[in-house]
Amino acid sequence: MTPLVSAARSGMRRGLFEFRQSFITSTDIIGIVVPNLILLTVMIFMRGSTVGTTGFSLGTMSLSGVLGMSVAFSGMMTVTQHLAVEREDGTLLRAKAIPNGMFGYLTGKVVLIACLTVVNLLVILIPGLLLFDGLALDSVGSWVTLIGVLVLGLLATMPIGAILGSLFENPRNAGVLMLPVMGLVAISGIFAPLGEMTEWLRFVGQLFPIYWLGLGMRSALLPDSMAVVEIGGSWRHLETIGVLGLWAVIGFILAPAVLRRMARRESGASMAQRREKALQRVT
Amino acid sequence: MIGDDLVLDVRDLRMRYGTNDVLKGVTFQARRGEVLSLLGPNGAGKTTTIEILEGFRMRSAGEVSVLGVDPANADESWRARLGVVLQSWRDHGKWRVRDLLAHLATFYEPYHRPWDADELIEVVGLTEHARKRVHRLSGGQRRRLDVAIGIVGRPDLLFLDEPTVGFDPAARREFHELVHRLADEDTTILLTTHDLAEAEKLADRILILAGGKVIADGSADQLSLQMATETEVKWTLHGQRYVHATTEATKFVHDLFKQHGDDIADLEVRRGTLEDTYMAMVVAFESGQYEAAEREFVEVAR
Repeated sequence: MTPLVSAARSGMRRGLFEFRQSFITSTDIIGIVVPNLILLTVMIFMRGSTVGTTGFSLGTMSLSGVLGMSVAFSGMMTVTQHLAVEREDGTLLRAKAIPNGMFGYLTGKVVLIACLTVVNLLVILIPGLLLFDGLALDSVGSWVTLIGVLVLGLLATMPIGAILGSLFENPRNAGVLMLPVMGLVAISGIFAPLGEMTEWLRFVGQLFPIYWLGLGMRSALLPDSMAVVEIGGSWRHLETIGVLGLWAVIGFILAPAVLRRMARRESGASMAQRREKALQRVT
Repeated sequence: MIGDDLVLDVRDLRMRYGTNDVLKGVTFQARRGEVLSLLGPNGAGKTTTIEILEGFRMRSAGEVSVLGVDPANADESWRARLGVVLQSWRDHGKWRVRDLLAHLATFYEPYHRPWDADELIEVVGLTEHARKRVHRLSGGQRRRLDVAIGIVGRPDLLFLDEPTVGFDPAARREFHELVHRLADEDTTILLTTHDLAEAEKLADRILILAGGKVIADGSADQLSLQMATETEVKWTLHGQRYVHATTEATKFVHDLFKQHGDDIADLEVRRGTLEDTYMAMVVAFESGQYEAAEREFVEVAR
């Protein structure tokens, strides 16, 4: 077995290990349950409203879009957060000190985030299927679309997360990302169709993966008749694949270089400096 | 000396940050199985030197060979022969001690046989904590885990940066035994410490770094001879205890016996400790630098 294959296996085991650890760590469980519970509650209140003149439940429509948003959040924000935190606490330096450790670390991260994303999806999807009318996962096609959007979404968003995570020296600063991301959510048609937005906001929204992830998930879970409220009156599968694919390609070109640069700059001295700073904040 | 035996070969190593020269031509070698201790005041460039040798930092100039390879373009099979003991803080907090060591060991398997996790845990004295999560360990236990992680891949060369900070005396002794054991198995060890007694106990050779240069290189004995530090002589005469400090102890004791003969009792002659030598060297170096700066100033003034 070549060292790289072996490191990939170690990394996968690492990811599954950390995934299991998430379920015996109370803060991690709370981090998964609480936000999803809030989202579900909000959408249950939205069940009564209808989308335009279709008579279709706004809650059901939003729930599908939220699944797309959830993938984007896991892919981008969680990766950013993990990288920033684990750079500060020395996990990355340790990885750098062992053979192929960085490769193993990143493999593990991808596995962990993918698993957590699936959990986040299921936490909303399962109650959604039970509580909301109009959601349908009854054909092979809808399953294929769901899984396809999930995989493509992760490929498109994880490199962005890795790049952002490499740029933040201090994990507490990574929190400021939430503001622009929430802004993006607002113009991505997750909670309401984009129809009422001004032209240029609609254009900006469509540049980013969140919109397309929402659209993709809606196309997987909603009846085809609901496509009429979307831009162009269609699910635009080709465009979805195109935009998410483009983000993935750009991400996979840029991320390795950015990650290498970050790894190169890791050293005991820079770690010690960050530790010093963090300890000063505590006292 | 056989070339293959040279594990570390550093020649005229220089490091500059902006306009600040941190290393101004560091030169030293280490042979297989040697334990080298790097001493020096804070800011002398110890950490920079070690990080260059570990391949974590690029040098500005000079030649460096670590296990026969230039760390600036070394690969992962080189990395697999290296052990780095890092000062940990709170990484891998959720992992259990045994799981973490077993996991990290797998990265070395394609290269050579790493330590068995349970065996290693016993060697560093963490057996009763093997199932504990890392964030539940005390500072000293964590440090032992750091050492275990550093040696899990059975390195040929081990870097230890301040290894025993936070150890109680018993843990310190066990750690010293571990270092001796590793050295007996032909592991070359480069350690930094501020504990001079520890350096004296562990190291075959001591390097003192000051002002970005190696100002001394030798065994503790050689260094103390070189510096001719004062030796303390104690004796009892007619029931009274006397103490005298001298740089020429042999002559002094000889004179003492010539004068008082058999009346001398409880004689003790104690050569200056490494700490005395170290302080004398650093002070001499710093005052030398001061004089050099002064000379320069006078020359410029002319």
